[in-house]
Amino acid sequence: MTVLGDLDPGQRARVQHVRCEPRVRRRLLEMGLLPGTEIEVIRRAPMGDPIEVRLRGYSLSLRHAEAAGVEVSPRSESVRAGRPSTASPLPAE
Amino acid sequence: MSEMPQVLVAGNPNAGKTTLFNQLAGTRARTGNYPGVTVDRRTARVTLGQGEGAREVELIDVPGTYSLTASSPEEAIAVDAILGTITPEEASTKAVVVVADATSLARGLYLTLQVLECGFPTVLGLNMMDEARELGLAIDSAGLSEALGVPVVEMVARRREGMEALSDAILAVLDDDPPPPPALAWGPAVERAVERVAEAYADVPDPRRREAWARWALMSEIDGDDLELRPEVRAACRAARTESAEDLDVQLVAARYAEVDELVRRHVEGEGPRTARGDSLDRWLTHPVAGMLAFALVMLMVFEALFSWSEPLIGWVEEGIVFSQDFLRASMPAGLFTDLLVEGVVAGVGNVLVFVPQIALLFFLLGFLEDCGYLARVAFVIDRLMKGVGLHGKAFVPLLGGFACAVPAVMATRTLSDRKDRLVTMLALPLMSCSARLPVYVLVVATVFVHQGDVLGFLSVGAVALLAMYGLSLGATLGAAAILRRTVLKGPRPTLVLELPPYRWPLVRNLVASTWARVRTFLIDAGTVILALTIVLWALLTFPKDPAVTERFDAERAEVTASLAGEERTEALTAIDGAEASAQLERSAAGRLGKAIEPAIAPLGMDWRLGIGVIGAFAAREVFVSTLGIVFGVGDEVDEESETLREELRAAKWPDGRSLMTPLAGVALMVFFVFACQCMSTIAVVRRESGSWKWPILMVVYMTVLAYVAALAVFQVGSAMGWGV
Ligand SMILES: Nc1nc2c(ncn2[C@@H]2O[C@H](COP(=O)(O)OP(=O)(O)OP(=O)(O)O)[C@@H](O)[C@H]2O)c(=O)[nH]1
Repeated sequence: MTVLGDLDPGQRARVQHVRCEPRVRRRLLEMGLLPGTEIEVIRRAPMGDPIEVRLRGYSLSLRHAEAAGVEVSPRSESVRAGRPSTASPLPAE
Repeated sequence: MSEMPQVLVAGNPNAGKTTLFNQLAGTRARTGNYPGVTVDRRTARVTLGQGEGAREVELIDVPGTYSLTASSPEEAIAVDAILGTITPEEASTKAVVVVADATSLARGLYLTLQVLECGFPTVLGLNMMDEARELGLAIDSAGLSEALGVPVVEMVARRREGMEALSDAILAVLDDDPPPPPALAWGPAVERAVERVAEAYADVPDPRRREAWARWALMSEIDGDDLELRPEVRAACRAARTESAEDLDVQLVAARYAEVDELVRRHVEGEGPRTARGDSLDRWLTHPVAGMLAFALVMLMVFEALFSWSEPLIGWVEEGIVFSQDFLRASMPAGLFTDLLVEGVVAGVGNVLVFVPQIALLFFLLGFLEDCGYLARVAFVIDRLMKGVGLHGKAFVPLLGGFACAVPAVMATRTLSDRKDRLVTMLALPLMSCSARLPVYVLVVATVFVHQGDVLGFLSVGAVALLAMYGLSLGATLGAAAILRRTVLKGPRPTLVLELPPYRWPLVRNLVASTWARVRTFLIDAGTVILALTIVLWALLTFPKDPAVTERFDAERAEVTASLAGEERTEALTAIDGAEASAQLERSAAGRLGKAIEPAIAPLGMDWRLGIGVIGAFAAREVFVSTLGIVFGVGDEVDEESETLREELRAAKWPDGRSLMTPLAGVALMVFFVFACQCMSTIAVVRRESGSWKWPILMVVYMTVLAYVAALAVFQVGSAMGWGV
């Protein structure tokens, strides 16, 4: 199992589950971080935390504590190619 | 027509809502507060359309949000504004404009769907069309309009493009039936849950709004939320969740996003920004070395602005006040009423106005950083350090501002959207050593550390003491934040889920408008309290007057006038004036208070004279210096550089002959000033920005206790060890 917090900058992944504190979870879901959404880690902050991710055409920053609750399935294909993240909304479970 | 129709302007943060509002409202915008919470409520009466069909409406700015879901009263504003307290009659005179950023349409559409579920006439404004075109995005707004059943208007709010079309669209829908509800595939689990919660909203007449409330409550109700939900609603939400085998949160959100994605797929052509615009800039601005350097530079500039650029402006305000005081003194008969006017009212107005330059500068810069997108990067870059003490990354700028002055800094905590984040920051930052403490430190250091050697050969003991005070205050601020977060302001683990918006060049017009709104509310709300407190403090330091003292000094004056002449006479008269002021102050309420508290402050190394200084310093810390000037008969025109005052202080003795201002007593006094909440203006703004008296009272109590205990420890331990006595 991989979580968003484990990914390196430049890596892309598909969200599988979001398991954070319920309040934060709702917030992340509503900002579009849904199971099935494609997401890319852009960078880490200078001091290592938080991280910047990109999804649905915008950039979001979240702390490691939150990113550790987002399970993802990394994509191995080369980065910076392919369609942006208007992904199918429902989990492919 | 019964009442003026309401037009609510809602939208995601940074979608250009404020810009649109300002374009439509011009200078007619009024800023107030939403009842019960300290969130700005901007409204304006504007006439939409031209000629025959023109109508006056009340435009209301709804705080920027990604969704209507809420977990605190602040976040609930959006839903209350749109869905709250609706009677069927009102419903016909209300419309919602959703402003969406066309370059990242999905999130805007998510909010739009939520608004459409509520069932009000709605218009979707696609803002930032200039950028969307530049990116090669082709949005089929006619198709989108058809699919959503509402007018869709393309606009560039920044350049006023699309404003007429938007006004016309609003007018067109205002009296219409609400658009059809979006056809979303909620799924049976959600539908069952919604049905169940909707029963708890039986008093809402419209079934569609009942369901909208139910969906909202299902997404919002949570353990430990601060919402004012009816118990039956809460119970229904919990029951619905326990009964359901499905993950309702995900299903609710996913159903909306399924529609959003479908809409985007059908009506938007083009890839959209693959990497963020400004990504190359961000590579530098968040780089471990270059980024930190840029951060330091920007913060240094903010600091410079507050500390140095504001100085000439403050100087003008002060000169203006002195000028009016002199003018009044000269043109009015001497007496109590003139004193009240000059030293109470005009001085009070001065105490309010001196803050304006720093407030205006800080809010202009903060607005600039916010609108251009860098403020989010400030949070991104520095969050790691801030979260250690339970603060939000965005709290950095207010804390930094605290080094200059707590008043604008407390106001600047408005950039924090979470109430607890805001309160922690606001209650801790008055511990930062503001510039008003510096004169106190300088006076004390120069008084007690004169003939001491150097540390490490180049730093004087005084400089080390001064640095230590700044270090102490920084540590105390961070410590206080950490403790507040774990005690009175305990809550769910604070988070940082923050959009990093693309860099955009801010509109000066918006910055000026928001700065002026801040200054205006300060003058009206905090200003009146500061003015009143100044007058009270003046009265304390003035009354009661002892006629015997006046008589005695009048007699002395008569003698001097008779016996001396020229220079000598003037000098003697000045000395008598000083002595009289000192004697009167000693007998005033503040003087008596100073004496009454002497037993309590003597263990800190302070006698009643310093006690009066501390009381006077409540007006503003630097007033400590001029109050001591009066107490020691040197007159109130002294500053911290006054050698006479320093001499007087060095010579001051306790009744038993011990020196008053020993180095140890000096350090204890400075430590007291580091911690004590010696500033009525800070109290007034915290009252205003926290929305109740509870928080400023807590702040005064904890800071005073801290100050007392710390100074006591310093003086007692130092005395016992024989340091600097
Ligand atoms: N290119 C472009 N920029 C715009 C347009 N409208 C607004 N902006 C800029 O976008 C930034 C954000 O605009 P605001 O009006 O402050 O956004 P807002 O939605 O009020 O943001 P919040 O106050 O956070 O809710 C500012 O720098 C504006 O100058 C537009 O149509 N085109």
